[in-house]
Amino acid sequence: MTAVRWTRDEMAARVARDIPEGAYVNLGIGLPTLVANHLPKDKDIFLHSENGLLGMGPAPAPGQEDPDLTNAGKQPVTLVTGGAFFDHTDSFAMMRGGHIDICVLGAFQVSVTGDLANWHTGEPDTIPAVGGAMDLAVGAKHVYVMMEHLTKKGEPKIVRQCTYPLTAARCVSRIYTDLAVLDITPEGLSLVDIVHGLPFEDLERCTGRIARRQ
Amino acid sequence: MADIRDGSTILVGGFGNAGMPARLMDALIAQGARDLTIVSNNAGNGETGLAALLKTKRVRKILCSFPRQTDSYVFDALYRAGEIALEVVPQGTLVERLRAAGAGIGAFYTPTGHGTILAEGKESRTIDGRGYVLEYPIRADVAIIKAFKADRWGNLVYRKTARNFGPVMAMAAACTIAQVNEIVELGALDPEAIVTPGIFVHRVVACPERSRGVA
Repeated sequence: MTAVRWTRDEMAARVARDIPEGAYVNLGIGLPTLVANHLPKDKDIFLHSENGLLGMGPAPAPGQEDPDLTNAGKQPVTLVTGGAFFDHTDSFAMMRGGHIDICVLGAFQVSVTGDLANWHTGEPDTIPAVGGAMDLAVGAKHVYVMMEHLTKKGEPKIVRQCTYPLTAARCVSRIYTDLAVLDITPEGLSLVDIVHGLPFEDLERCTGRIARRQ
Repeated sequence: MADIRDGSTILVGGFGNAGMPARLMDALIAQGARDLTIVSNNAGNGETGLAALLKTKRVRKILCSFPRQTDSYVFDALYRAGEIALEVVPQGTLVERLRAAGAGIGAFYTPTGHGTILAEGKESRTIDGRGYVLEYPIRADVAIIKAFKADRWGNLVYRKTARNFGPVMAMAAACTIAQVNEIVELGALDPEAIVTPGIFVHRVVACPERSRGVA
């Protein structure tokens, strides 16, 4: 029996499937950015970027870049028809004030109770940088994490307690990895989806106890 | 720029290079003020704008949300050499601390950062079952921002995502200086579309830029 991990694009497509029409969505830098490529074109889904736009479109054609129109990663983007610009006060009111339906963030670690660590490794030679991660984590209605199931060294990223500095406590509701989709519930982890060919027991071995199979 | 004193706290607009008042940064460097505290979202990109100011070593401390970027090597080197102090502030808290200064608010409770190392040493409080952290305003001597167009009264409009910190920083400083593409006649800006009213702006400097196919 061999399990085939989901690719980054398959993970992004899996997240995109769960985003309903009409949702206001913020996609974090890195892996979550890929989700935009898989959103259905026939549905209205509003992408928010912390630097002041709603209705973010894809990257412009070469030569069409505008240095005044960028995303949170400072890359050139476009605005869809009907999109809007606003200042940082409004943008962070949207984030902190519970107006964003879903945010998808990368993570170093997520605890089984939904604590998120994704901004700082805490190592002495690194320069800390938090950006808007803490505001999104406390403010979005649903915080989804998208990450590899294991670190490059093969250690689980879903942990009983985060060892890295927290971004926010008890904020994550769902985790998408290259092996599974798991909900965080008051009873513990709950399995939503698993890659083809991976026995449940093997998943538990690299995840910790999974309380429920949906 | 002439009256900016040594030891001033200066707000610098921009999110990366979008909205960065690079020409006024050059003017500040030429003016020579030192021992500055800078408040800006990032800690400079490449070697222009804020990065050029940092390179002069006239900045004692910087408050920002996201100093580390792929092209923040000027700041990175100063930080690692212990030549600049850093206060990392979550972006929404940075914005709200500026807004509080501009709006006359003494302090506020925010859920952002509660239970993290950025809340250590700060007063916290539970309101309706949720944890909040007490944060104080950031008041500044000067704000240096970039807008698109201004009129003689200091009314400003911005361009696309270059708006970012401009409006909130304009409110938060004793003296706000805006670098703009163009200064237009009074009445030329649609009153319904003015983003920053002139009461928040003290000086405007026209620094025309290459046309970008204005939208």
